[in-house]
Amino acid sequence: MTALSQPVADVPVKAASRRPPRRIFHTIDHWALPGFTLLAIGYLLIPIVVMIIFSFNDYQGKFNFVWHGFTLQGWLHPFDWPGLPDAIKTSLLIAVLSTVGSTILGTFIGLALTRYNFRGRGAINGLIFLPMATPEIVMGSSLLTLFVNSGLQGGMLNGIVPKGVLFPLGFTTILIAHIMFNISYVVVTVKARIAGFDRRLEEAAMDLGADELTTFWKVTFPLIFPGVLAAGLLAFSLSIDDFIITSFVSGTTNTFPIWVYSVIKNALPVQINVVGSMVFLGAVLIVGLSNIRQARANR
Amino acid sequence: MPQEFVEPVSEIDVRLVDVVKRFGDSNAVDHISLDVKDGEFFSLLGPSGCGKTTTLRMIGGFEQPTSGLIELQGQDVTWLPSYKRNVNTVFQSYALFPHLTIEENVAFGLRRKKVKDAEVKSRVTDMLKLVELPGFERRKPNQISGGQAQRVALARALINRPAVLLLDEPLGALDLKLRKQMQVELKRIQREVGITFLYVTHDQEEAMTMSDRIAVMNNGQYEQLGDPESLYERPQTRFVASFLGVSNLLAGTVDGSADSFALIKLADDTRLRVPAGLVDGNTQIEVGIRPEKVRMNRADDPIPAAANQLEGVVSDVSYLGVSTQYIVASRGGIPMTVYEQNVERTNHGSLYHQGDQVRLSWLPEHTFVVRGSAPAAGSVE
Repeated sequence: MTALSQPVADVPVKAASRRPPRRIFHTIDHWALPGFTLLAIGYLLIPIVVMIIFSFNDYQGKFNFVWHGFTLQGWLHPFDWPGLPDAIKTSLLIAVLSTVGSTILGTFIGLALTRYNFRGRGAINGLIFLPMATPEIVMGSSLLTLFVNSGLQGGMLNGIVPKGVLFPLGFTTILIAHIMFNISYVVVTVKARIAGFDRRLEEAAMDLGADELTTFWKVTFPLIFPGVLAAGLLAFSLSIDDFIITSFVSGTTNTFPIWVYSVIKNALPVQINVVGSMVFLGAVLIVGLSNIRQARANR
Repeated sequence: MPQEFVEPVSEIDVRLVDVVKRFGDSNAVDHISLDVKDGEFFSLLGPSGCGKTTTLRMIGGFEQPTSGLIELQGQDVTWLPSYKRNVNTVFQSYALFPHLTIEENVAFGLRRKKVKDAEVKSRVTDMLKLVELPGFERRKPNQISGGQAQRVALARALINRPAVLLLDEPLGALDLKLRKQMQVELKRIQREVGITFLYVTHDQEEAMTMSDRIAVMNNGQYEQLGDPESLYERPQTRFVASFLGVSNLLAGTVDGSADSFALIKLADDTRLRVPAGLVDGNTQIEVGIRPEKVRMNRADDPIPAAANQLEGVVSDVSYLGVSTQYIVASRGGIPMTVYEQNVERTNHGSLYHQGDQVRLSWLPEHTFVVRGSAPAAGSVE
């Protein structure tokens, strides 16, 4: 009995002397990572939260800088500012068209680069990265130079037809520029998806009687679709908020970012926050939907 | 009897005529000519890199031969794309479409042929029943096991009722137990549907278990073609003798004959008898004997006079359960492998021990003769 009770009495003493440091470590263990994660997420989200909060600001004067009180005025009249509706329309149209164009071209380039061995493949693989690596300001100014000099300059018609008439700065040049810088991102994104693609699946489809086109639509495309979709979303978001390159090649056409830049010198209307919030919520919605779709597909 | 010379005219399903496939500067497939009969279970057996898979892929239409001709049921398909050939393939990795359900996978071929909905449904159900996966229609390929995926791949190919089913090491990814089970299963299904199976494997036991005929391939050619029994009992080349089971090979020179046997003198002056018909005019030959056909005898045990004999010392004993494997160093220094069935053994230990002097004996009829590798192209059959 005594031999048994003695060690039993000993144990709590030992445990008590050890407990405090252990509890500290445990607490750190338990909270360090979540705490750090929260900080990091906060760092990422605070600007967006501020933007959304100030979209409800009942601001005084021209500048929406100081909190004066809550109002729904901004959201009730989201496009009520001269030039804003046109700028948004232009932005959306360019974003949609450049997304479609660059996604189609980029997907085919991505397929060709992973599927086929041809002369110059290595070079193209490298060159694809160049537009991403080039500073936008360089790209913008060089595009401007290109468009202004395009076509007829220096030839026989010099002096008769004015320079830049082939590509007058405006909608077309913005679209061309956006498709161009988007292609690289699409190619890189789609290539990553194709890299994991099992070619045997296409062989199996053809073995089962599907010709090349059917194989592409029934097997290849559905399987690389998540990559194509991701590439398209990326292209859309790059296009809709591009400012630097657009500012060089836009001429007198306004996209939303160009418009913001032009009004911001005189005013900071709440509509900027409202439209910004809409774009953000739209993006969240699309990502959410694609996640749900993905989860369904995997079920 | 005149009937003896009338071969039953069996339809040829696959015919390869002098097919060559060049990759870079080596021939992956080197002048193969081959006939596969209707309804046959035919295997291409060989080590990796012997050209068996390339041969299969050319028949499936995934590779084009550098030269030669491929016929399916008498039709030249050498340059036809795979979707215009009446063959279907079971891929090594199964290659099930991950974005489609099992039902859609199996129905894929019928859909391409625009078969009516109701018929597709009933045929898919029948097929899944045949491969013993009824009720799996709605699942996705990532929700089934490897063995089940294997069966789905089989169903997806068979549902099209191809003239020939090509199988590229379909059991390679399964564990041993499942593999054995699937071997029996495959054979059953083949009998049931009566379709010609062309099977590629590196597993000799697998090929022996299922095949009607086997072509043993090496270096882009096949060295011998025949039914499992004749390949095992009468291997004609060194490679076939060692790739298909275990063989003891002994080099010697022809030294006269007695009765219907030729006498072969080994390096240590031991004389062996082999059936005279197997020695076609060569003087330097290699004779072989399978380990299970060799008897172990003590020095004073009586041995039938007609038997081939070889003296040696036991150098290694391994108890394998069903049998015991001995390695016996012959007088000429050649290690001979001998299997003895453990029929009458209990746990008394092995009959022979390391270092024991023994005499090996076997019947002359069991001896075979092999030549070196690479026969003249197309010399077999």
